[in-house]
Amino acid sequence: MNKGEISKEKLLWFYETMVKIRVHEERAAELFAENAIPGFVHLYTGEEAIATGVMANLKKEDFISSTHRGHGHYIAKGGDIKASMAELFGKATGCCKGKGGSMHIVDLSIGELGANGIVGGGIPHAVGAALGMKLNGLNDVAVAFFGEGASNQQNFHEGVNLAAIWKLPVVFVCENNGYQISLPYAKQQIINSVAERGKSYGIPAVSVDGQDVMAVYEVAKEAIERARNGEGPSLIEAKTYRFRGHFEGDPAIYRTKKELEWWKENKDPIIIFKKLLLEKNILSEDDLALIQKKKEEEIEEAVKFAESSPQPKKEDILKDVFSTSTKGVLVWEW
Amino acid sequence: MGMVREITYAQAINEALDYKLSKDKKVIMIGEDIGKFGGCFGVSAGLFDKYGSERIYDAPIAESGQIGVAIGAAASGLLRPVFELMFVDFFGVCMDQIYNQAAKMRYMFGGKAKISMVIRAAGGAGMSAAGQHSQLLHSIFCHLPGLKVVVPSTPSDAKGLLISSIEDDDPVVFIEHKGLYAVKGPVPEEPQRIPLGVADVKREGKDITIVATAAMVYKSLEVATKLDKEGISVEVIDPRSIVPLDEDTIINSIKKTGRLVVVDEDYPRASFATDIAALAVAKCFKELKSPVKLVTPPATPIPFSPVLEKAWVPSVEKIEKAVREIL
Repeated sequence: MNKGEISKEKLLWFYETMVKIRVHEERAAELFAENAIPGFVHLYTGEEAIATGVMANLKKEDFISSTHRGHGHYIAKGGDIKASMAELFGKATGCCKGKGGSMHIVDLSIGELGANGIVGGGIPHAVGAALGMKLNGLNDVAVAFFGEGASNQQNFHEGVNLAAIWKLPVVFVCENNGYQISLPYAKQQIINSVAERGKSYGIPAVSVDGQDVMAVYEVAKEAIERARNGEGPSLIEAKTYRFRGHFEGDPAIYRTKKELEWWKENKDPIIIFKKLLLEKNILSEDDLALIQKKKEEEIEEAVKFAESSPQPKKEDILKDVFSTSTKGVLVWEW
Repeated sequence: MGMVREITYAQAINEALDYKLSKDKKVIMIGEDIGKFGGCFGVSAGLFDKYGSERIYDAPIAESGQIGVAIGAAASGLLRPVFELMFVDFFGVCMDQIYNQAAKMRYMFGGKAKISMVIRAAGGAGMSAAGQHSQLLHSIFCHLPGLKVVVPSTPSDAKGLLISSIEDDDPVVFIEHKGLYAVKGPVPEEPQRIPLGVADVKREGKDITIVATAAMVYKSLEVATKLDKEGISVEVIDPRSIVPLDEDTIINSIKKTGRLVVVDEDYPRASFATDIAALAVAKCFKELKSPVKLVTPPATPIPFSPVLEKAWVPSVEKIEKAVREIL
């Protein structure tokens, strides 16, 4: 691995993207606590390096499938944060017109197949997009994001196996944050890494430190290049930790404060990367502070947009079930 | 119009698949044993040889994965997949992808996703295949918003409706009654499209309306022919697609006859049959001259024994009795 090969522009993008996700999530937590955001919110805080390191290798035409913890994927893929923030608020201007919320933010125009409320549900969707790419002779790649909990689910096993036998351009990225809500990883699987499962499907698999954006970028680069070259799918396990509960409001009694504090102090992906940027004189403290400020402004602008956006209209409930008229579908007058 | 020949329901479905595969490169098939084997019921025979492994995906047993692949391929806008779920009974191992993913994506994404895919599945009793290989189950899919549901009865309807289903931009569950695969009927050689949501009056009548689906259409027609000799005029309506549902044709018929029997092979509770009964009561209460009759199987799993299974499926005798009771 030659870290010197990464351009300054890319390193800057790493930092900006991670900060953007962090600020977004911290603001979302506040807004949720203030009851401005309804429903369930699962934040990506602490896991920013994974979406960032992977997405740095993708282009707009590449597709990703996401999870209930999907804000980071959406942001790193280039999703419009005004549209997603408005969606978190349930507003008519949201990316789903207020019909999806945090768990279903989507932007197909940038290759984001949608966050998904069902664990493992989106894994085969990325495989399907990859099948479409292959049949259409495209040089594109699909990436499926999921947690380690999903790696026990049928859609993981079936999706990975189908991608392997059909040699499709997919990269499976498992974000192993150590807990399936409350169940620790050691009680979910008797293996030490989800990457060990790659062998049983005959595909390359690797485990990487998910808090190190450079490391994630490098392993993703290799896997994505393999996929683009027609060499089939790969599996990446990125070991990570979520700095917040499973959902906002989770008392998180299943882990100790000490454990959480250790991760925050020693394995914060933004702090780790910041140190590297400073050590190598790539950016100064002032540059970093400016990026932080800019991202805070961007997020605030999105929040203002969401706050000032109109609520959806009740008659919109009946729209968007089908592509055609709803006559004979709803049956009863409503 | 082109030539009309007598071919089987299975051949008619094969023709629809062949037509769409030949005309649209985005159309692919995914399913188990649909390669050289031609599908468990031979419905996709010859397609693998004609279109090859790049269009016909002969898949390992992984129904959830396969449907998920079809959904992703459709959502990305890159393909228009036809997924073959061998027996509709197997929906249980992949239901999440059907009702939480395919059915809801368009709505949850604010109308942005187009899930243009068809789930083909064989259903229906009559083969002594017992509880896990004999159900029809269209009511369940009808219950879940976001799915279109087609249950064709004749070879011609099967061909025309399948072409329309593949061309549809929404997910369609297309249930083929396996007891009808060998039934022959006139089918135009031309790829005639039959729109979803248009019922077919299989026989006109003025005294009583029978709404029937799939194999029950034939039994209802048999009853209609028999009663005609006694001067009883029975109208038989096949909705063909139950989502969308052609309410108008059904309502107009009930208003004309004032009597309704619903004949259906799915389970009786919270079902297609009760749905049509509710429609009649809500929309035709004043015109109804007698109680609505439902002829369905009992609320039990499907028994294996040929004797028991025969008794389980609605019979011509039961349909006739129901008609006579409300005349």
